[in-house]
Amino acid sequence: MGKRVGMEVAIAAAEAVALCNIDVAAVYPITPQSHIAEHMADIIHDGRIDAEFITVESEHSAISALAGASAAGARAYTATSSQGLMLMHEILPIVSAMRLPVCMANANRAVSGPLNIWNDHTDIMPQRDSGWICLFTENGQEAIDLSIMSFKIAEDPEVMLPCVVNIDGFQLTHMIEPLEFPSQAEVAKFLPPRKPFAQLHPDNPISMGCFAMPDTYAETVKAKEEALRGSKKVVTRVFAEWAKRFGRKYNVVETYRAKDADTLMLTMGSMGETAATAVDEMRKAGRKVGLVKLRLWRPFPVEEIKAAVAGCKTLIVMDRAISTGGAGGPVATDVKSILYGEKKRPRILNVIAGLGGRDLTVGDFVNMFDLAKKKKDEPFEFYGVRE
Amino acid sequence: MNQVQNFEIFAPKLVDRKEYFSAGHRACQGCGEVLALRHILKALGDDVVVANATGCMEIISSGYPQSAWEVPYVHVAFENAAAVGSGVEAALKALRRKGRIADRYVKTIAVAGDGGTCDIGLQALSGAMERGHDMIFFCLDNEAYMNTGIQRSSATPFMAATTTSPAGEAIPGQRTWKKNVPEIMVAHKVPYVATACPSYPIDLINKVKKAAAVRGPAYIHVFSMCPTGWRCASEITIKMGRLAVETGVFPLYEVENGKYRLTMEVPEKLRPVEDYLKLQGRFRHLTPADIEKIQKQVHREWEILLNKVECLQPW
Amino acid sequence: MAKKKTEQKKWPEKWHELNPGCMVFAAGNAANYKTGSWKSQHPVWDNSKCIKCGICYIFCPEGCIQETQDGFYEANLDYCKGCGICAHECWPGAIVMREEEE
Repeated sequence: MGKRVGMEVAIAAAEAVALCNIDVAAVYPITPQSHIAEHMADIIHDGRIDAEFITVESEHSAISALAGASAAGARAYTATSSQGLMLMHEILPIVSAMRLPVCMANANRAVSGPLNIWNDHTDIMPQRDSGWICLFTENGQEAIDLSIMSFKIAEDPEVMLPCVVNIDGFQLTHMIEPLEFPSQAEVAKFLPPRKPFAQLHPDNPISMGCFAMPDTYAETVKAKEEALRGSKKVVTRVFAEWAKRFGRKYNVVETYRAKDADTLMLTMGSMGETAATAVDEMRKAGRKVGLVKLRLWRPFPVEEIKAAVAGCKTLIVMDRAISTGGAGGPVATDVKSILYGEKKRPRILNVIAGLGGRDLTVGDFVNMFDLAKKKKDEPFEFYGVRE
Repeated sequence: MNQVQNFEIFAPKLVDRKEYFSAGHRACQGCGEVLALRHILKALGDDVVVANATGCMEIISSGYPQSAWEVPYVHVAFENAAAVGSGVEAALKALRRKGRIADRYVKTIAVAGDGGTCDIGLQALSGAMERGHDMIFFCLDNEAYMNTGIQRSSATPFMAATTTSPAGEAIPGQRTWKKNVPEIMVAHKVPYVATACPSYPIDLINKVKKAAAVRGPAYIHVFSMCPTGWRCASEITIKMGRLAVETGVFPLYEVENGKYRLTMEVPEKLRPVEDYLKLQGRFRHLTPADIEKIQKQVHREWEILLNKVECLQPW
Repeated sequence: MAKKKTEQKKWPEKWHELNPGCMVFAAGNAANYKTGSWKSQHPVWDNSKCIKCGICYIFCPEGCIQETQDGFYEANLDYCKGCGICAHECWPGAIVMREEEE
């Protein structure tokens, strides 16, 4: 194991990718992803890794170039955020349908308008159904570990799907944290060079990106769906291998002091740590509260979530985005729907909070837990919005 | 005398006999665009990877589970052929350097229609050319969105009737002059820019070979006759291309490092544009005054081109 | 290397039989699709007029006109769509288009 270093998380994410023997990176700058882009450029321009660096003229071209690169057999990487991710939107489902294992970091940021560069999850939610494996990180170490693991997961012959690692903008990307890097040799053993299932080369002239008529399209959707659902098995397997090699254990759904809790809160991303502090404080005061943290957002870990919330009376789902005009936050909507058929299911409250960089303190999380005391249930409610 | 008087009569015997785009493709009868593609691929040979934009050539060639492409082929979306090509080129470079693919040179090309080049794909094209990727970009220009049903693009000629620039009582067809994308490419300092037309296959093939020899970006704008969209008979496809060139509507030239050269025989006098216009249903509504206006513009553009040929020096 | 064109998958496929990502591995297998039925007329060569220049070959959008062993040309009518370009461009007038019979 390497020794700990103090480093900004965005830079650490780029350093982690530099360990992964990538062949092509294409990035377009956007706040708060820019430190990843800049540091990636430093690494490649200094000749520390052997990769092509394409400074594309837009995020749309970033993801398009990587589709081409990945189709040609390269290990391909990009990083983006918010509007950039929105601009990629059109191409994202094509990349997954073409079964190209492109990997991406998303520095989560609010979507315009109004323009706002700060953190929430409104950028990734519209990409939810694009067929990408979608992971969330809680701290810098996870950003490093999951960035490396994402290639292994995406390129697995059973998977062959793109993967996005979400790193909360500013609140995580710009934090300086004590971090530990695996050595280059260790990563090389864990993640050998990409062996593509098929690639564009005259030695075997294949056609990729063919279109499907009505007699085939539905079958392609089913095939992609099965591959994405099946990828959970591989995610779990890669997590287990990581734990064996590097000692840090990951689960698709993490729980914290949840075993005997009557009230649980479900979060995604960097807010998990603040929420955990709130749980500790409330536990000290004798309250039976706990935490469920979603690390894998797509494919949705149905069984693991059911198991994690099986014992609780009240489940508070915190969303950092809202399905505008819909049933509430996207996470809560999914959680509610998977529990609908269960005989014994908790009361579910949905809180929309932390939008556009609005800070949430330990006290705020205590307040959100207290919502469980309310008699009347709302389908969802905004927390901390001035009335 | 007939059409081929300026053609080296037995030259077709010299081209590569291998077909790289199989029969069984679904292009319309008499399609000039697929003919251009056939010529382009003959010029390039086996060691090539094609990135294709959505459009006629994509839809007629690659309906799963069949493909007309005998060379490696990828299609992603409409506006991003140049960006996809950038990625392919970068990957081939990196993988060859790292010993993960065969150690030989493979050319990357991107192919798009006029919509995928001059309109929705212009940004990606500009980016790819500016970054200097080792790639030939082909615009197969049939002067409208033919795949979606003949809608106007910025490459549609002045006054042509399309389904979104119909020859109405108030507005008689396309209101703008054709966008000159080869000039935009020259402004990018692309080392090799050319115009070509499948009615002149040897000229086209030679230009493709020249572009392929460049280790950097190259752009070829190929006039691609479309009997379906232009509303003319399928057997006169080749003749239409020839008339476009002989009237000066679409002059054939190349620009090597900024130096212009006409690759057609410079006529003493261009043929009247009417010869070209009158064979096409899309120009049926033109009055003699309209034709005169187009004639003037064609002459003006021709003079500008001759001036460039004469005056501009290589970089 | 390119697989044989005869290697056509059974059709229609079940979802788990599709090639991943709708890739097509048999290059040029569009040749399995015969476009010859589109045509309402087909070219007929009069070899006594043919000068073996190959202009019909170079201008065929289908690429379905090939040289015969004795240097003349013929169209593969499985693919010929009957566009008439070859007949129009043949300057010695060796090709005529003939209506398809019912």
